[in-house]
Amino acid sequence: MGIRGLKNIRDEYDVIVIGAGLGGLTCANMLARRGNTVLLLEHHTLLGGLAAYFRRKKHIFDVALHGFPVGMKKTCRKYWNRDISDRIVPLTGIRFDNPQFQLETDYTKESFIKILIEKFGVPQEAVAEFFEHTRRMNFYDGDNSTTRELFQKFFPGREDVWRLLMEPITYANGSTLDDPAISYGIVFSNFMDKGVYTFRGGTDLLMKMMEEELLKSGVDIRTKVLVEKITMENGRVTGVMANGEHIRTRAVVSNANLKRTVLEMLDEEAVPADFRKQTEKLRVNNSSCQVYIGISENEKIDFIGDLLFTSTAEKFSENLMLDKNVTSRTFSVYYPSIRPEHNRYAIVSSSNARYEDWSGLTEQQYRADKEHLAEDTLDHLEKYVPGIRKKIDHLEVATPLTFKYYTRHIGGASFGTKFEGLEISNRLPERIPGLFFTGSVGIIMSGWLGAANYGVIVSNNVERFLKNSNG
Amino acid sequence: MSKSQLRSIVTDIIKSIAPDEDLSSLDPEKPLRAQIDLDSMDFLDIVMELRVRYNIDVPEADYPQLNSLASTVNYLMPRMQGV
Ligand SMILES: Cc1cc2nc3c(=O)[nH]c(=O)nc-3n(C[C@H](O)[C@H](O)[C@H](O)COP(=O)(O)OP(=O)(O)OC[C@H]3O[C@@H](n4cnc5c(N)ncnc54)[C@H](O)[C@@H]3O)c2cc1C
Repeated sequence: MGIRGLKNIRDEYDVIVIGAGLGGLTCANMLARRGNTVLLLEHHTLLGGLAAYFRRKKHIFDVALHGFPVGMKKTCRKYWNRDISDRIVPLTGIRFDNPQFQLETDYTKESFIKILIEKFGVPQEAVAEFFEHTRRMNFYDGDNSTTRELFQKFFPGREDVWRLLMEPITYANGSTLDDPAISYGIVFSNFMDKGVYTFRGGTDLLMKMMEEELLKSGVDIRTKVLVEKITMENGRVTGVMANGEHIRTRAVVSNANLKRTVLEMLDEEAVPADFRKQTEKLRVNNSSCQVYIGISENEKIDFIGDLLFTSTAEKFSENLMLDKNVTSRTFSVYYPSIRPEHNRYAIVSSSNARYEDWSGLTEQQYRADKEHLAEDTLDHLEKYVPGIRKKIDHLEVATPLTFKYYTRHIGGASFGTKFEGLEISNRLPERIPGLFFTGSVGIIMSGWLGAANYGVIVSNNVERFLKNSNG
Repeated sequence: MSKSQLRSIVTDIIKSIAPDEDLSSLDPEKPLRAQIDLDSMDFLDIVMELRVRYNIDVPEADYPQLNSLASTVNYLMPRMQGV
């Protein structure tokens, strides 16, 4: 995708965007639409960042297309185009299966309310109040309570309810019961509200359509270009060093990890000491493991749901969810309807994971651990797809090291940085004039929708900066 | 520019952002978001359109002033001079 390398680039751009994740892509598109010259630099050969896909034999595997909120439809219509938006369709079968409960939902507010009242026996008033409370939560309220306190208040002692309300969010953005209630509330109200949606045609088609739109908007797209440094002069950003070349620009938007951007891409003396300290303390979110399971050409599987949140752990535990001894898995089942012309089934199993558990192993141990994970996953899948081992012709594992390799994120972070990252990202342009961050940050601005919307928000800030610095 | 001209400029922008909303019965004094389905991104779109179309810069600190149609018009009035 795009042009490889830096042949025939301009001498100077209004904006250089580092990284082609959904945040970087959307930001680049908006800035170019408004008439700015934009250079988009991606170190990988493909656009999309974590919104990735890959081909093996006759399979196409989606890495991060389990589902997103309906808001993505509007975001794509406004900041991309109608053809992209029109391909966003709802998933119908979302299942939970764990020792505390088994249930099916279409992931709408109505469905969750019904389940909480009828299946869990929670009083109607408590459910209504919880939904009302989370809907009203506002980032600017300065509420410091934790998600645990929020649950304790509305559903005291009901760990089964906590699990229903928390586990999908922990999968979606790595947040825990100790993260702020405010970030939980905002994500919950967006996510567990009007269903889960997917992109008909798969991630590969989405990226092809986005690339076409970017070219139409006038973005200069370059892949296989690694940005090494952001350069500054007289206290403001002047360009980037990429593939050993210096390219001049008036503003830089980084979609690379926030922490790396501040601590590694800038010269140490360019960053005010207090800001550097603050950024050093910033926590990144966990990483993931995935098992990609390709179903043979002549096999099919019955409809068992689109998204299966499964766990064998007795209770919800964010630590167990991260454990290398995996108990919690989300199975995403891709039926031929996602790529009608392709006519293949695939299953992707995802779990949260710690980078430390997978790094520093011998080559042999690493391979053995991957194989164990793959086999163990098939054992669990057997419950939902009997005879699974006979139906497959491809089995592959991704670990936190894989995610790090492709995205260059610290610790292979799947969901950017923790809550405190938002403040650092917001203050970045004040501290380093001309430098902006977009992409997964602070839990709220995470996932496909959060990253894309943040791209738009940041494009507005960049435009203000460019206008004001024009004098 | 008169208040009514300014009001139609603002409703034009809202119309382009939320094409499915009926704006004819908007109460100018009531918060916009209580009357039509505008989320925070739509709101940002209004701000961006004001810059693109009229070169007006609305810093984030001023967003609360765009709460209702009337307050938006009052806020924009002195800033629209010469446009
Ligand atoms: C396993 C998994 C499953 C997920 N499932 C879902 C899901 O179902 N729904 C959902 O909404 N979200 C999901 N997410 C989260 C979602 O994919 C991410 O939040 C989102 O895609 C992140 O976008 P971003 O803008 O932060 O950029 P990223 O996707 O992180 O991309 C950053 C880009 O910057 C590039 N880059 C970094 N450094 C440099 C450099 N120095 N020079 C050049 N380029 C550089 C990287 O190569 C990458 O392309 C999932 C994530 C994972 C890991």
